[in-house]
Amino acid sequence: MIASETREPNQIPPVTEGLSAERIAYLDGLVSQARTASAVFTQFTQEDVDRIVKSMVLAGLEQAQQLAHLAVEETKLGVMEDKVIKNMTATEFTYNYIKDKRTVGIIREFPDRNLAEVAEPIGVIFSLTPITNPTSTVLFKCLMVIKTRNAVIFSPHPNAWRCSSQAVKIMYETAVKNGAPEGVFACLQSHTLQDNAYLMHHKDVGLIDATGGPGAVKAAYSSGKPALGVGAGNTPVYLEKTADLNNAVVDIIISKTFDNGTICASEQTVVIDSEIYDLALRKFSELGTHICNEKETKLLERTVIDPQTGSMQPMAVGQKAIDIARFAGLSVKPNTKLLIAPIQGVGRGHPLSVEKLFPVLAVYRAKSVDEALKVCVDVNHAGGLGHTAVIFSRNDEIVRKFAEVINAGRIIVNSPGSIGALGAVYNNLVPTFSFGCGTGGGNSTTDNVNIFHYLNIKRVARRTQNHMWFRVPNQIYFNMNAVENLRQFPSQSTIIVTNPALEHIGHVDIVRRYISPETHAHVLVIPDAEPEIKVVMEGVDSLNFYKADQIIALGGGSVIDAAKIMKLKYESPEADLEELAAPFLDLRKRVVQYPTAKINRAQLIAISTTSGTGSEVTPFAVLTDKERGRKVTLADYSLSPDVAIVDPQFVMSMPKGLTADTGIDCLTHALEAGVSNYASPYTDANAMQAIRLAFKYLPIAYEHPHDEEARSMMHNAACIAALAFSNASVGVNHALAHAFGARFGVAHGRANALMLPHVIAYNAAVPAKFMPSPYQQGYVAHKKYATVADLLGLGGHTVEEKVKHLIEATEQLLDQLGFPRSIAELGIPREDFKRAVPELAQIAFDDPSWRSNPRMPLVSELIELFWQAYEGRGLANLSGAAAKQNA
Amino acid sequence: MAMNAVLVNINEKDVLLALEEARQKLDGTGDKAVLDFSSVRRIDSHELRAMEELACMAEEKAVTVELRGVNVDVYRVMKLLKLTRRFTFGS
Repeated sequence: MIASETREPNQIPPVTEGLSAERIAYLDGLVSQARTASAVFTQFTQEDVDRIVKSMVLAGLEQAQQLAHLAVEETKLGVMEDKVIKNMTATEFTYNYIKDKRTVGIIREFPDRNLAEVAEPIGVIFSLTPITNPTSTVLFKCLMVIKTRNAVIFSPHPNAWRCSSQAVKIMYETAVKNGAPEGVFACLQSHTLQDNAYLMHHKDVGLIDATGGPGAVKAAYSSGKPALGVGAGNTPVYLEKTADLNNAVVDIIISKTFDNGTICASEQTVVIDSEIYDLALRKFSELGTHICNEKETKLLERTVIDPQTGSMQPMAVGQKAIDIARFAGLSVKPNTKLLIAPIQGVGRGHPLSVEKLFPVLAVYRAKSVDEALKVCVDVNHAGGLGHTAVIFSRNDEIVRKFAEVINAGRIIVNSPGSIGALGAVYNNLVPTFSFGCGTGGGNSTTDNVNIFHYLNIKRVARRTQNHMWFRVPNQIYFNMNAVENLRQFPSQSTIIVTNPALEHIGHVDIVRRYISPETHAHVLVIPDAEPEIKVVMEGVDSLNFYKADQIIALGGGSVIDAAKIMKLKYESPEADLEELAAPFLDLRKRVVQYPTAKINRAQLIAISTTSGTGSEVTPFAVLTDKERGRKVTLADYSLSPDVAIVDPQFVMSMPKGLTADTGIDCLTHALEAGVSNYASPYTDANAMQAIRLAFKYLPIAYEHPHDEEARSMMHNAACIAALAFSNASVGVNHALAHAFGARFGVAHGRANALMLPHVIAYNAAVPAKFMPSPYQQGYVAHKKYATVADLLGLGGHTVEEKVKHLIEATEQLLDQLGFPRSIAELGIPREDFKRAVPELAQIAFDDPSWRSNPRMPLVSELIELFWQAYEGRGLANLSGAAAKQNA
Repeated sequence: MAMNAVLVNINEKDVLLALEEARQKLDGTGDKAVLDFSSVRRIDSHELRAMEELACMAEEKAVTVELRGVNVDVYRVMKLLKLTRRFTFGS
C-alpha cells in the first residue's frame, strides 16, 4: 500500500464521527488501493482500455441471468426476466455506444477552431448504487470506470449488497485478468452511513456518483466534493388525442410494468384528453389492466402511500400488481399486470399523484390541451423536476409546447418512458443508468450520465490567426481635374451637399460642370460645422423629395460625414443612430449591426476640399447631438462613400493655418495606423507612404500654397493615410486630442500636434501595460517607428536612436508649420489646466480611439501625457511617461 | 564530500527483482543509490509498493536514492501518489 502523505491545504476535513480506528484504517486502505490503481491506470493506452472493456462486456452478458436471479432473490423487487434485459442493456448497449469513443489522450479535435480536447482521468470515484437496479447499475458503472481509466469504490444499497458485490466481483476479476490495475474496483464489505460520510469527505476521492434515493443524493452534494447525484422522479405522461392509441397503451404498459416499475423514469400519472379517455381505459383494460373505481382507488391510496409523508410505501416498491391489489384488498383478475387509479387533481390531496415505483398508474381526464399541459406541469413539479416526461401525440406543435413547459432532462416522445430514458433502445439518447435531473432535481447535469462525466476534459486552445481585412471604396479618382470623372456616373436626380463658403467660392459650379446635363441636380447647403441631427434629417427630407439616386458631398470632413449619415437614413429610415453609435471593441464582434435592408438606393460620391480627415474614404461619421450636448460617432464600412474624388484644385486656396492643421491630422492618422494593433502589411504600405509624403510635401504646401505638386501630394497623402486608418484605426494621440480639443476649443489638427511627439515617445517605451492583441505577434511599436525613421532617412544605428530622430524630425516639422510648442503657449493658465486634467484623462480613457493603440494607457499615464503636452516639446524622450510615472 | 554510490539498472521485465537488489545494496556502506529506470516504460502497483518500501528503507538509513531516466508517464504516476518527493531525479 502506498502511504498517504500529509493533507494538503484547502482539503475538506475528514468526517470520522462514529468510526473506530480499525474501520478508518479499512476505509483508508480501500481508497489507497484505488488511488494506486488509478495512478497506474494513467499509463494505459486507448487500445489497452478498449480490450479490457470488451472482455468485461462479454463477462457481463455471460452472467446477466445469474445476476438477475441473484438480484430478485435478494431484494425481492422486480422481475427476473426484466432484470436480465437491464443487465444486457447495461453491457451490450453501453458497449455499442462507448466502443469507438476515445477516452485516452486527445479525444476530440476541432481543426477549424484550433481546439483539441484531451482526457484526464478523475482518479478515485466513490459510487452509491441503488436497490432498484442493483446489478445493472454496477455493470454499467464498471464499464464507465474502466473506459475512463479511473478506479471506483462501490457502496451498494445494504439490501442489495450480495448481488451488487457479485456484479463488482465478476467485473473486477475479468478486468484484472485482462490487464487492468489491481485494486481498480472495490466494494464496501458492509457499510453504514458513517462509512459513506467518511468516504464522501475523503481527501483522495475525486468524485461521488450517487445513484439512489434523495438522502444519498443530498449527502453527496452536501459533502463539498464534485458529485453526480441523480435521484427521484415523477414522470407525467400526456396521452393526446392525435396519438396512436394502440401503440401508446402498449408502450405505457411495457414501461410501467418493466421490472415492476422500479425504473425511476417510468410513467406515474397519465393525463388523457377527454375525447379518447374512455377508449384509452378500455384498451388498457383489454390488455390486462385493472381500472379502479372510486372506492378501490381510496383503498389503494391507503395501502401504497404513507399518509404521514405523502410518499410511496417501501413495501410496495417493485411488487407485482396482483400482490399490491391483494395488500389493498382489491379483487382483480389473476393476470392483472397493472392497476390504474383515476385521480381528480395533483398534490397532497391526491396521494396517487406522486412517484410510485410499482405498477400503479394514476390517470386524469383533461377537458382541453391547456388543462392537460397544466396537470402535467403539476405532476412534474410534484417531485419530478428535471427527470423524465413522456408524450404520445402526432401533433408536433403540442409536442413542442409540452417540451417547453415541462422541466425534464428527457422528454420521451411516442415511446415507453422507462426504457426510453435509458437511451439507445427506442431513441438516440446516450445509454445510462443514472439520469441527471438538472438544477430542478438538485443535480449538476440534465444529461444521461456516461463516460464523459467521468473525465476531466482538458481543452488545448491554439492561438488562432484572426482574419483581417482591408476595405476601401471601389473607386478613387485623384490628381488635378479628377472631378471630370463625375461624367461617368449617370443619375436622374443628384443632390450636392456642401457648405456656404464652398458655394460662394465657386466650387459647386465646378462640380455642376461635370454632371450630366440630363441629371436634375439640386444643391443642399448645410452649415460649416459638425453636422447636427436636425441638419441631417432636413437633408434626408430633400433626398426623399427629389427621389435622389446620387449624393455628391463636396467639402471637408463635416460635409462628407453629414452626407454619409443622410444616405444611411435615406436608405434605411428605421436606422437608430443612437443605437448604431453603441461602443464596441472589435468591429467583427460588435453587438449592433447596421441595416442591410434598403428602401432607396443612392450612390455617394465624396469630393474632399481639405487634405486631412480623409473622410472621402473612411467608414466613420461624427454627428453632434446638440440636445444632449454630445457627439455621436458612427463606424461601419457601409458608411464608406462609393466613389472618392481627390482633386487638388479644391484645396489650392486653403489658408496656411488650415493647411498645417489638416496636414498634421493626416500625419497623425498615418503614424497611429502604422503602430496600431490592427496594422497589417496592407495598412502599413499606405501608412508609410502617407508619412513619407507628409514629411516631404507638407512644409512646401504650407510655405508655397500654390505649389501644385505639393498640394496634390498632400491631398493624396490625406487620402492614403485614411485608407490606412480606415482599416487599422488610430490610437491614444487621437483620444487625447479629442478630449483636449473639445474642452479648450482647439482645432483637431492643432490638438493632435500638441500631443504627437509625446505619444511617439510613450508608445516607443516599454509599456507599463500591454494591450491584448490577437492580431500582432510581440510588441513592435518602437521597431515600426524606427522603420519610419529609416524611410525618412533620419539616420541612427539602434532602434532607440532612430525613434529619437523621428521625434526630433516631428518636432522640427511642427516648428516649421508654426505650431505652438506647448499647451501653455496657447495661453491656457496652469491652474485652469490642472483643474481640467483629471476629467480630460477620464474622457480620453473613454474614447474608443485608443483601443487599437499598441500600448494600453493607464489613466495616470494619460494625465502624464497631458502634462507633457502642457510643458511642451523637447521633453519627450524614450523613457517618456512611463519613466516619469515610475519616478 | 565524496559519496559512495550504489548503481542499479532496472530491467523493465523484472522491476521487482531489481528493486530488491537495490534494497540489499542499501545495507552496505553506500550513502547514495542510483537506480536507472531508462528501460522502464510502465510501472504497476506491486512495483510501486516496492518503491515505497525502498524509500522507507533509504530514509531510515539516511541514504539518498536517485532515479535516473524516469519517463514522464512513470514520473506522473509517482507524482499522483506523492512519491516523487521521496526520491531525487537525474537525467
